[in-house]
Amino acid sequence: MNAVKGKKRSLYTGCIIAALIVVLVVMELTMKSTSMVFTLLKKGAIYALVAVSMNLLNGFTGLFSLGQAGFMLIGAYTYAILTMPVSIKLSDSVYKYYDCAIGFELGVIPAMIVAGLLAAIFAALIGLPVLRLKSDYLAIATLGFAEILRAIFQWDAMGPITNGANVMRQYQDLTDIKVPFTDIPFPPVLFCFLVSGLCIGVIVLLINSSYGRAFKAIRDDEIAAEAMGINLFKHKEMSFVISSFFAGISGALLAMFQYTVQAAQFKTAMTYEILLIVVIGGIGSISGSCISSFLFIACNEWLLRFLDESSNNILGLTILRSGFRKVVFSIIIMVIVLFFPKGIMGDRELSLDRLKRPFAKKEKGVDAHG
Amino acid sequence: MQFLQNPMPYILAGISVGGQYALIAIGYTMVYGILRLINFAHGDVFMVAGVFMVFLSASLPLGLAIPLVLVLTVLLGFVIERVAYKPLRTRNAPRMSIMISAIGVSYLLQNCALYFTGGLAKVYPQLPWLSDTIEIFGAVTKRVTLITPVFTIVLVVALVMFIRHTKIGMAMRAVAKDFETSRLMGIKVNSVISATFIIGSFLAAVGSLLYFTNYASVTPTSGGMPGLKCFVAAVFGGIGSIPGAVIGAFVIGISENIIKGLGWTTFSDAFTFALLIVILLVKPTGLFGEKATDKV
Repeated sequence: MNAVKGKKRSLYTGCIIAALIVVLVVMELTMKSTSMVFTLLKKGAIYALVAVSMNLLNGFTGLFSLGQAGFMLIGAYTYAILTMPVSIKLSDSVYKYYDCAIGFELGVIPAMIVAGLLAAIFAALIGLPVLRLKSDYLAIATLGFAEILRAIFQWDAMGPITNGANVMRQYQDLTDIKVPFTDIPFPPVLFCFLVSGLCIGVIVLLINSSYGRAFKAIRDDEIAAEAMGINLFKHKEMSFVISSFFAGISGALLAMFQYTVQAAQFKTAMTYEILLIVVIGGIGSISGSCISSFLFIACNEWLLRFLDESSNNILGLTILRSGFRKVVFSIIIMVIVLFFPKGIMGDRELSLDRLKRPFAKKEKGVDAHG
Repeated sequence: MQFLQNPMPYILAGISVGGQYALIAIGYTMVYGILRLINFAHGDVFMVAGVFMVFLSASLPLGLAIPLVLVLTVLLGFVIERVAYKPLRTRNAPRMSIMISAIGVSYLLQNCALYFTGGLAKVYPQLPWLSDTIEIFGAVTKRVTLITPVFTIVLVVALVMFIRHTKIGMAMRAVAKDFETSRLMGIKVNSVISATFIIGSFLAAVGSLLYFTNYASVTPTSGGMPGLKCFVAAVFGGIGSIPGAVIGAFVIGISENIIKGLGWTTFSDAFTFALLIVILLVKPTGLFGEKATDKV
């Protein structure tokens, strides 16, 4: 690809990002903040980040790991503990049965970074034994570690730090963020988009670097990759740690979004949902994961809502009632898994060329990568 | 620390739960032995059997409901294999997609159960005789606690005989050894796989009858954790080996209850996974597993 084309493309990308930011700001200034659309956008952005981080492992490095919920749990708790004001930590309003052992507080951004780092450190430790395992054993072992993490966070002895199995709340959430040096509240949706967009951007850069090519080589054929001089363990560990770092940050975002955090929420079912998002989007496609996480959240929370309302019943049948939405939804997922195993995007990426292609004359052999 | 003062109830409960886990673990180990697939949906099949029982026993006498539960669960296992796994297998999809399909089935079964139960914990019917309380060595327990291990051993012995001495059992062993060659030898691989799923689901249904009699309520998520534990039991015993799975299940059931008795209930689930990780690192083939060699 020549330099002029590349320059043009980055200009286009910049324009799109700027337009998106403007649209979000305008939306937040004009629409009611309780609107359903905002919830969808926020949650979608958070899930997009964790789905992309899982895709980095499952889709680009070929490590079938199911520990994502555990790393999100670390991120969410670290964030909640670090940003809770000291006065609340000392009072009885959150730590009712324990005396909080953490005597300081951090700002939002440092706390998020620490959340990611802590998740990454745990991943590095867990990775040492676990990454020697292959395919399904790796899946079960990472799943197991996520469960162990959940048990540790709910443990009584950890109470002074994690508040046991009780809810964490009254930390800095999305409504508490201010524009730097002022008292104007920062638009929450924009914040979610900025953080997760930045993180996804870093992951994309990583995948397009020489490390990313090594990851893909490991995915395609481990033995051949090793023969070409790629240090298998080093690269696997790296992919695992980086993926967990971003899972930790998305956990922190989720904590901000929800206002409360409880360890019981981060079950294996959560990992399964993230995995299904990745599969629907296409294993090995970043843009696919982003699209499908917004779709997933939209269907789950909004578009299929009418299926749950028993007032919509036709012919007096009582098929439609609470829970039916989830049944329909999981059938759709099964259909995608069985009949469209490539998902929405396969392993390709969305790019301007692809979007333009239906309009322009199709050139054979031109790949969308770039 | 109640365990130290009075260990009997915990050990009894452990043996009983171990027996119930064993029945589920066999389903995992047989399917993995043949397809190299962790059937994530197996734990949910077990849960659905419980839900079937709740609904059927509400309208039918127990004598009719129990056989019907067994038949329906077997049918469910058969249909899952035919609809969700076979198409992928014939298409030669990578192993990962079959596993994802299994996770999808698990998600579907849980959501269906959520829909039909309305998300509430359903009270499991009392089975006469099995639910009666008895006293043994100073510990009060339900009769099912004592029946389970005996029943499990009988079923396992029957199953092992079946696999050793019948034609279909021989076919199963052949397919587990080498998928392609056994197909060349004229074995109908698909019917062997179906038979595996039928046996696995049948045992899961029996296991669910015993398990839920002990626990008295069914929720849509009550299949997940026992399912994972039973998989760990299968790995512990050496995946593909039936006696191994049974021993693994008893080890997990008993140690889990001892840990509960020592007052570390939060860690009873975590222990299982810690055991898994240790086993995978120290002896990845499990207690009785055969060493598999990868050809390049």
